[in-house]
Amino acid sequence: MNINLTINGKSYSQDVEPRLLLIHFLRDIAGLTGTHMGCETSLCGACTVELNGKAIKSCTMFAVQANGAEIVTVEGLANDGKLDPVQEAFWNEHGLQCGFCTPGMIMASKQIIDRHPSPTEEEIRHGLEGNVCRCTGYQHIVNAVKAAAAGAGK
Amino acid sequence: MATTTVKTETFVGKRIRRREDPRLITGTATYVEDIQMPGMHYAMILRSPHAAARIRSINTKPAEAAPGVVCVFTGKDTKGVGVVPCGVAMPDLRVPQHTILATDRVYFVGHPVAVVVARDRYLARDAADLIEVDYEVLPAVADPEKALAKGAPAVHPQWPDNIAFTYHQDGGNIDKAFAEADVVVKQRIVSQRLVPMAMETRGVVAEWRGADRQLNLYTSTQIPHLVRTLVAGMLGLEENRMRVIAPEVGGGFGSKLNVYAEEALMGFVSTRIQKPVKWIESRRENFTCTIHGRGHVDYYEVAAKRDGTILGIKLKLIQDVGAYHQLLTPLIPQLSVLMMPGIYNTQNIRADIVGVFTNCVPTDAYRGAGRPEATHGIERMVDVLAAELKMDPAEIRFKNFVTKDKFPYATATGLMYDSGDYAAPLRKALDLVGYVKLRLEQADLRKQRKYMGIGISTYGEICAIGPSPATPAGGWESATVKIDPTGKVTILTGTCPHGQGEETTFAQIAADELGVGLDDILVIRGDTAVVQYGIGTFGSRATAVGGTAVYYALQDLKAKIKKFGAMLLESDDVTLIGGQVVDNKTGKSTTLQEIARASYRALKLPPNTEPGLIATRFWEPPNFTFPFGAHIVVTDIDGETGQIKIRRYVAVDDCGNILNPLIVDGQVHGGVAQGLGQALWEQAVYDDDGQLTTGELMDYALPRAHLMPWIESHHTCTPSPVNPLGVKGVGEAGTIGCSPAVVNSVVDALAPLGVRHIDMPLTPEKIWKVLAAKH
Amino acid sequence: MFAQKFEYTAPKTLDEALHLLANGAKPLAGGMSLIPMMKLRLAAPEHLVDLRALKDLNYIREAGGQLHIGATASHYDIESSALLRQKCPLLTETAAAIGDVQVRNLGTIGGSVAHADPAADYPAALQALEAKFVLRSEKSERTLSAADLFVDALTTALQPGEILSEVIVPIDDTRTGTSYLKMAQPASGFAIVGVAARVRQNAGKISFVRIGVTGLSNRAYRATAAEKALEGKTGSAADIQSAAALVARGVDANSDLHASADYRKHLAVVHAARALKTALSRIA
Repeated sequence: MNINLTINGKSYSQDVEPRLLLIHFLRDIAGLTGTHMGCETSLCGACTVELNGKAIKSCTMFAVQANGAEIVTVEGLANDGKLDPVQEAFWNEHGLQCGFCTPGMIMASKQIIDRHPSPTEEEIRHGLEGNVCRCTGYQHIVNAVKAAAAGAGK
Repeated sequence: MATTTVKTETFVGKRIRRREDPRLITGTATYVEDIQMPGMHYAMILRSPHAAARIRSINTKPAEAAPGVVCVFTGKDTKGVGVVPCGVAMPDLRVPQHTILATDRVYFVGHPVAVVVARDRYLARDAADLIEVDYEVLPAVADPEKALAKGAPAVHPQWPDNIAFTYHQDGGNIDKAFAEADVVVKQRIVSQRLVPMAMETRGVVAEWRGADRQLNLYTSTQIPHLVRTLVAGMLGLEENRMRVIAPEVGGGFGSKLNVYAEEALMGFVSTRIQKPVKWIESRRENFTCTIHGRGHVDYYEVAAKRDGTILGIKLKLIQDVGAYHQLLTPLIPQLSVLMMPGIYNTQNIRADIVGVFTNCVPTDAYRGAGRPEATHGIERMVDVLAAELKMDPAEIRFKNFVTKDKFPYATATGLMYDSGDYAAPLRKALDLVGYVKLRLEQADLRKQRKYMGIGISTYGEICAIGPSPATPAGGWESATVKIDPTGKVTILTGTCPHGQGEETTFAQIAADELGVGLDDILVIRGDTAVVQYGIGTFGSRATAVGGTAVYYALQDLKAKIKKFGAMLLESDDVTLIGGQVVDNKTGKSTTLQEIARASYRALKLPPNTEPGLIATRFWEPPNFTFPFGAHIVVTDIDGETGQIKIRRYVAVDDCGNILNPLIVDGQVHGGVAQGLGQALWEQAVYDDDGQLTTGELMDYALPRAHLMPWIESHHTCTPSPVNPLGVKGVGEAGTIGCSPAVVNSVVDALAPLGVRHIDMPLTPEKIWKVLAAKH
Repeated sequence: MFAQKFEYTAPKTLDEALHLLANGAKPLAGGMSLIPMMKLRLAAPEHLVDLRALKDLNYIREAGGQLHIGATASHYDIESSALLRQKCPLLTETAAAIGDVQVRNLGTIGGSVAHADPAADYPAALQALEAKFVLRSEKSERTLSAADLFVDALTTALQPGEILSEVIVPIDDTRTGTSYLKMAQPASGFAIVGVAARVRQNAGKISFVRIGVTGLSNRAYRATAAEKALEGKTGSAADIQSAAALVARGVDANSDLHASADYRKHLAVVHAARALKTALSRIA
């Protein structure tokens, strides 16, 4: 089946099997390997991307379902070499260690700030419910989201 | 040459953001799964659905005929490949033949039976469904205590008692200690099986280059050099024909401190198909086939005087081995025994370990590896004793600490604690948490039949692993520091950081030693073709051992830099400072760049000096290091549902000198999260048939952001005399300190009901049952 | 990780979708339950019809004194709907308790209801709301009550070829207070037990009570004995306690790794009491 997607502003038109997962389209066809597969059951969030403005798990969607959609992945955040404020905040606050969950964490964090411009700690923690990090204990991630929100509001 | 302006900025000790992060936050890092090669094939492994079964036959024909399939291999094909190694030697250790694919029998759910190789992953997966395996299902045993019982199914038929090994250790005079005791407390304590659950599952890309007789193996590992030595051996390949690359590694926690069947299997497949092949572990496989941690049943007895003085400790430790030994399986409970006195001044111990085969995936090192179990044991027992003697848990600890005038301190288990001031972190933690006030509040709440608990854990641990005689594979670490002709610095470390931040901390060390900027330094790890032989990252060793190797290589290099500087300045009295060599008499200076250029151009050389600026050190640590600390946890329990709410988490850790407080905080937080995971949520549960019922994230509960408390992280600082950096290690401290503090807190909350002990994880239902039974 | 092959159709119209479903295709909505099962090869539909492609099934509107929610309205659509927040806050509160942000962004009320997971959150609220469900097939359209729709674990009254096209819930006035409270299974986020309470007060007396319970048994149900016990009472702590004590009576409770049957029953009682108390406190 032929599908058309816009990923990070770039158009893709491709024939795919219906069973191809969106994450496999992103990684194997678009060559965007920043989005990671961490589980099969839609519970780790490492594969989180933005689809038409909403954070979704790209391992729990077939590429054909995203036909016509606009997708932003972690690779699409930095602009002309300038990091997105959330990326910058993850760096400054040491919001990552092994880095595997980080792209998904950053995409989920962007959704939090979109919906709660000045998020409380509780709102941040609930906004990250669908993303597992095994390294940081989440505390520096919470700090990063707070810092990014504060910075973005300036 | 110029008169010098000395650069004074230093980096060690500062909260410096990490240099490895730009690639990670932009999604441009390369993990194993991200590697693509022309002609890449994909492997899918068919695994046993049974915990114990005889394989009557395997029919691979339908799979071989499936679209896209290149070949299917079974245990018959891989007979020539060596067995998965156990790296531990001990008397009477029973080591089953651990072939990379099952031959006539399977021993645990997930046991690899066949591998399908196809041009596409989806097609490989389709074909795996077409392999027909005829199993004769056999009785299985999944619980180590049941496995020890008479008449239990034999995991390995040749050893009907299921005993994998035994180990005995005595220290001091335990019988005398117990004879003289006023009180003896006993408790059975379980440290349940856990799934390490690194976010990146394991994965391997093998690329055989036949014309060169060269195998490139990309694997998600903590120990690339050891993997090279051992997998080359399994494949019968000369070690210098094999290159192991650990690209970006997405977490390990000990689960990648191993050599796995799949690493050799992919090497085998690639040599057979003469093409690169990729295997990426699914999460389901990660749960069922990658090592688990813990898996202890411990029987403790502690003898004490009425005033709370601990006289002796006995431990009978039952270690759930699983079906095989992985690399370090039998070693892990021995680490528990080493750690069993904790930081208390008792010279009498007796430990008996029995390692038990079960039809489960093997256990091995998981964050803390033996020390969390031991710390959980002793810290729980100290509270049990305090309750028996009606003593305050802080008071009984102060009473028994090894005092700071006693270092170095020889333990009953044969260790030499390097340095310590055990009372300091406890005092600080008690202050921070407001202990006295909390006890008053608790008394009030108890009158209202409300349950609030204060739990203390004062832990010690064994880090910087370790002196080579005490380790199975060498415990030293290597570093090369080289300066290019243009003056830029490269560090090659034999450690293999995968989140711990040594690309930053090692650069901090070098920047300060050489007086250059962080941007002038690059740290390279994880490639056996580039980096000299090394051991790897585990056991809180990378900075204390690997960083020390970097430090000593830098000293060698500095001496050489000074020789070239002195030659260029025509001086016999120079100092290296701020990236320049300065003539102490004239004040004239020459830069590192000038020196580097001169050393490679080699128009002139200092006496007895070779060209170039490079130094390599293999540093053998004279001892372990012994960090310690105090964690205090305040909990409130919902008397109706049994739910536990953590009100405060205060951690005071002493890891010696701190190179980068930002990174240390992150290590503590992450360690505490894994400790809390064990204390409250995580458990690998096998049913009686050996099926892993918590085999997916649907059922295996991990710490998540909304479940975690705020961690108040503080420090005391007692430098280690073992290494010149004075560092001790902090990677496992949080995990080791945490779980007993949580359980002690909950047991303290429920103490009015007469509760002495509850096993982990402290699910609300367990707490509710305690509440319901006592009301 | 890799689903079996299937055919996929994104229909242009509902009629086209219903025609395909009448010929054996299976509906795909948010896919939050179906796709993981397909990846683990526990489900292998041959032909999927993507209902999310139908924009005319995604709506939340008020008509005829009731609230109509199209089947493909996402949990986030519901959670963030100003209309529902004002006129049916029980549903927004329940939607916000489902899974995680990403799941709520994609998952749909129709998919969740049709999947009928015994630990799903919506069914408790929909029982308490006495929701009605519009079921459509190529040949017919019918409306069922919650009591008739939820049959068993993972089983509804939906016939092959039939889809849930709309959920209808009543408008609650300001004299009605509601609450949804659950204990989440820590790994999956599903409800070990969830209780939705809906109470109305008149002249100091409770005039109307509806209690929906999920997670406890193989299907969500209304705790009618508890409802009756509370009607006409003032809503004192003792009233609530004795009513709540009835919510699990006679129920064949689920038991699994995460909670035994006895514990689940106990939790149902505790959560019912708490949900009722909160619901009462929310009456304006």
